[in-house]
Amino acid sequence: MINPKLKLSEKIFKKKSVDMVPTRQGYGEGLVEAGEIDEKVVVLCADLTDSTKSNLFKEKFPQRFVEVGVAEQALATLAAGMANYGKIPFISSYAAFSPGRNWEQIRTTIALNDVPVKIAGAHTGVSVGPDGATHQMLEDIALMRAMPNMIVVVPSDALEARKATVEIAANGKPTYIRLTREKTPVMTTDKSPFKIGKAEIFWESKDPQVAIIACGPLLYEALLAAKELDKKGIETLVINSPTIKPLDEQAIVRAARTCGAVVTVEEHQITGGLGGAVAETLSRNFPVPQEFVGMPDHFGESGEPDELLEKYGMKAANIVDAAKSVLKRKTN
Amino acid sequence: MKLSTEDLEKIANDIRRDIIKMLLAAGSGHSAGPLGMADIFTALYFEIMNYDPKDPYWDERDRLILSNGHICPVRYATMAHAGFFPISELKTLRKLGTRLQGHPERLKLPGVETTSGPLGSGLAQASGYAYASRMDQKRFRVFCICSDGEHDEGNHWEAVNFAGKNNLSNLTLIVDRNNIQIDGYTEDVMPLEPLEDKYKAFNWHVLHIDGHNFEEIVNAVNHARAVYENPTVIIAHTIPGKGVDFMENKFEWHGKPPNENEAKIALDELRTLSGKIKSEHQ
Repeated sequence: MINPKLKLSEKIFKKKSVDMVPTRQGYGEGLVEAGEIDEKVVVLCADLTDSTKSNLFKEKFPQRFVEVGVAEQALATLAAGMANYGKIPFISSYAAFSPGRNWEQIRTTIALNDVPVKIAGAHTGVSVGPDGATHQMLEDIALMRAMPNMIVVVPSDALEARKATVEIAANGKPTYIRLTREKTPVMTTDKSPFKIGKAEIFWESKDPQVAIIACGPLLYEALLAAKELDKKGIETLVINSPTIKPLDEQAIVRAARTCGAVVTVEEHQITGGLGGAVAETLSRNFPVPQEFVGMPDHFGESGEPDELLEKYGMKAANIVDAAKSVLKRKTN
Repeated sequence: MKLSTEDLEKIANDIRRDIIKMLLAAGSGHSAGPLGMADIFTALYFEIMNYDPKDPYWDERDRLILSNGHICPVRYATMAHAGFFPISELKTLRKLGTRLQGHPERLKLPGVETTSGPLGSGLAQASGYAYASRMDQKRFRVFCICSDGEHDEGNHWEAVNFAGKNNLSNLTLIVDRNNIQIDGYTEDVMPLEPLEDKYKAFNWHVLHIDGHNFEEIVNAVNHARAVYENPTVIIAHTIPGKGVDFMENKFEWHGKPPNENEAKIALDELRTLSGKIKSEHQ
């Protein structure tokens, strides 16, 4: 059942009434909040101000908003200079371009330089939809988590995105925050705990046999899968792991010890994402069978978000199947 | 000027000799660029910039962003002569545990301002610096040094665009126009000319100087201070390998250090040159 301690949305499983908000909206609201808290916060955007929701900050703090044009390499390096001076720059674009195009600039002038630039990558995953493969970023977690000094955050809903944005503004570190285009269910509430580096158990059964670890809006599919599995008599844990780096290793290892099997869920290439991070941690600490729900070494294509998630196997039904297969591999 | 031309020439000559010694000890690194820029670095650190070597993070210091990080031996040698750290530390260049990394790192050595090496990213960082400090009405100046070869990079032109759009008059760019890059002469690899026209088209103020003439270097920087409408680029015409006859204008010397024999010849030459500086001014 849903963990009552987290004060999650009461409407979470009510398909018709659950609030639907894109995580980028939470980012935009978080920018305004962070800007109110600290006047060092500045926002730079590469000609995608409205669709990254940076317009909310621009309207509130026009003097602290910087338009750089369609120039993602400059976006990163200008921000590096501003952060080096003492500002807290957020740079907003689509993840395919930032960190996709400007990865080296981020590596050298932000991460190695260790200056607190916040990189917001919007429009990740196949759920970008009709725009097609060029704009459906599926490799960004891998790119960013391989980088020393970089914090990597993947909020699961708009509220988490807002909280994460406010928190990373004050963390003094290079940070990547991954956002999405589509409206997705708001699972948490203002009262739900959120802390960078901390994973939370969203669904907990009495005697869980498999731990489902998810990040991003697909966490919702994981919860739907848990409900479905429960009906079939398969008890699970569902863990929301919004911080990919530093991963909440304690929570992950504890879940593996409790359940003895793991399924990871993410709208990202299976290679190098959350699943990879979990596997790295478990193989060092407590190896258990693991199945990976994510993009199977493939680019996306045009289509409706749901059609694409279904085609590439990232829906609740796929998570149910993955849980069943991983259970078969368990040696009791 | 605070120092006489003779004094500056003498300091630059000492810096060149240290560059040769450092590169010999390191066994790898770049020769031509650092030697060619020794006069400009000397002018910046001994005549032009406000800073305090004992307080390298002083808030009001002028900032010098080095874009072409590979010429860092000249920055290290100049900083040592300016009192940031002991001259004896120069021989640790590129060795394990050194603060003098093969390409400069901000977190390793106080005073280097930023981490650089991959080309084309310095001007954007300097522009971000200049933009942000202007927001806070800061009075210090931001200098950026870049190579001519790195004008091949798109990132550089993105920054030229940004600084021109925003009239960053607190920003001065000095281009080391030495006409060489690793694969050959710049005009063969990827022609840059008409460089002046290009900058003008991007709303920059353009000056040309002989990068080995101290008076011209200092005058150009002072001129740039008086330009309030635009960022200024000083195209400094330099001789790569300057001061060492067999290295001058040879792109083969872009990316390699002298061996023991070559270093001896170079140091002898620079010693003779040092004598000449004294006698010429007597």
